[in-house]
Amino acid sequence: MNAPGPPPVAFELAHGRRRAPPGVPAIDIRALSHAYADGPTALSGVDLRVEAGEAVAVVGANGAGKSTLLQHINGLLLADSGSVRVEGITVGRGTLAELRRRVGFVFQDPDDQLFMPTVQDDVAFGPCNQGASAQDAQARALAALQAVGAAHLAARAPYRLSGGEKRAVALAGVLAMAPSILVLDEPTAALDPAARRRLIGWLRGFMHTRVIATHDLDLALELCPRVVVLHQGRVAVDGTSAEILSDGGLLAAMGLELPLSRQRERP
Amino acid sequence: MNRLASALQDLRALDTLAARDTPLSRRDPRAKLIVTLVFVLTLLSFDRYQVASLLPLALFPVVLAAQAALPARTLAHLLTLAAPFALLVGLANPWFDRTPLLALGGVELSGGWVSFTSILLRVTLSVSATVVLLAGTGMPALCAALARLRVPQVLCTQLLLLHRYLFVLGDEAQRLTTAYRLRSGRTARMPLSHFALLAGQLLLRAHDRAMRLHQAMLARGFAGHLPLSRPMQWRRADTLFVGLWCAWFALVRSIDLALALGRLATGAGA
Repeated sequence: MNAPGPPPVAFELAHGRRRAPPGVPAIDIRALSHAYADGPTALSGVDLRVEAGEAVAVVGANGAGKSTLLQHINGLLLADSGSVRVEGITVGRGTLAELRRRVGFVFQDPDDQLFMPTVQDDVAFGPCNQGASAQDAQARALAALQAVGAAHLAARAPYRLSGGEKRAVALAGVLAMAPSILVLDEPTAALDPAARRRLIGWLRGFMHTRVIATHDLDLALELCPRVVVLHQGRVAVDGTSAEILSDGGLLAAMGLELPLSRQRERP
Repeated sequence: MNRLASALQDLRALDTLAARDTPLSRRDPRAKLIVTLVFVLTLLSFDRYQVASLLPLALFPVVLAAQAALPARTLAHLLTLAAPFALLVGLANPWFDRTPLLALGGVELSGGWVSFTSILLRVTLSVSATVVLLAGTGMPALCAALARLRVPQVLCTQLLLLHRYLFVLGDEAQRLTTAYRLRSGRTARMPLSHFALLAGQLLLRAHDRAMRLHQAMLARGFAGHLPLSRPMQWRRADTLFVGLWCAWFALVRSIDLALALGRLATGAGA
């Protein structure tokens, strides 16, 4: 019998490169607090445990602390107090390089993420930083672009793309690094319905651990079996999306409302 | 579109042009960098009253522009951006240096006017060569080439980020001025007090945006130096490219080709 070889690139793009030992949670946040120097407390005492392969939506009104929470997962922000562990590794200055191999972060504004002169070079930026050879990085970039149906954009300049195309390329740039965890900040913001639908399709196809901060509650309902509601920097509710996203009273108290699909079901 | 936007668009176009597959883009970035450097040094080494003897050097930007398939419009636009600097440097010459140097059909030309023309020519040639270098290489490859040529990595990364943030600053400035014009009702020049406010805003906004960009780079594993996303390979054609152009510069520097050609045409003896 042949020994199993390294997983093919396509597999890695859809699943991420598994690195955590079994039984270790993908994300384990305990009593996390964070205050910005020039503002009020953004997070206070947040506990969150996400298992490997889970898809979790983080929802909440503007200023509830969603983006701040997300930025702690890959060490863009460090905890004032409490701890953040990713696949067993404590987030801290010494572990940032390793963390960024494991956590792929898709920013809210793709314009902040894309900066190389061509799409393919931009997607190859991550793999190059991981030490891949130039040739290998280009191959990974092309495969990642194919995974989001954007291979035809490879030679284009990122700043000339449409909003939907930029989003796809930004996602490819993260996929190319084969992270095991995908963190997405408002992935459907400013997308037209067709581009939004495509994005949902891709995200559903991925097997990574996914943490998605969003105001798009229909997306949360479709993609994430579990929803965490943040309210004024705390986890207000943590439960199944079917339950939470049909509780109009609860959502209203959090500054949210029922997903559109649920509103239609009501008389 | 305002002038700032159009200037930025031209600069950005250079990177897009560089990403195409052209005879010039296939040359090793180091080869192009070395040749352009030798070209500029050759230009600088000429005496300040030289005009005609500089002309054969124009072959370099012309041939390379053709090899890079650089649109003449883009080149012309970027040259006009550099023109004010050249004028500023050279404009005082005709005032200070009034010794007659040559006579053209009865009109005497002072040394100042000749050196002014020489400066304009040199700026045109060196800016053209630099623009062509960028359009045929692209900033990331150019910075990688600098790093390979032992320029400290910190400087190369600085240069690349400077280039990147230029567009960030430009984008923010454009949004601010558009928002200002739409609500200020002014089409004329903006008063200084408003300008000061806007400049402060611009600094803060560009800083915020730059921080987000930096975070996005960090999130993708950026560790202080830019990796090379395309392989760099020095071929025999690159050696030939460097050798032939340097030989041409040396020839132009040692023999006044314009004069020699003139003598040949008129049959005048040495």
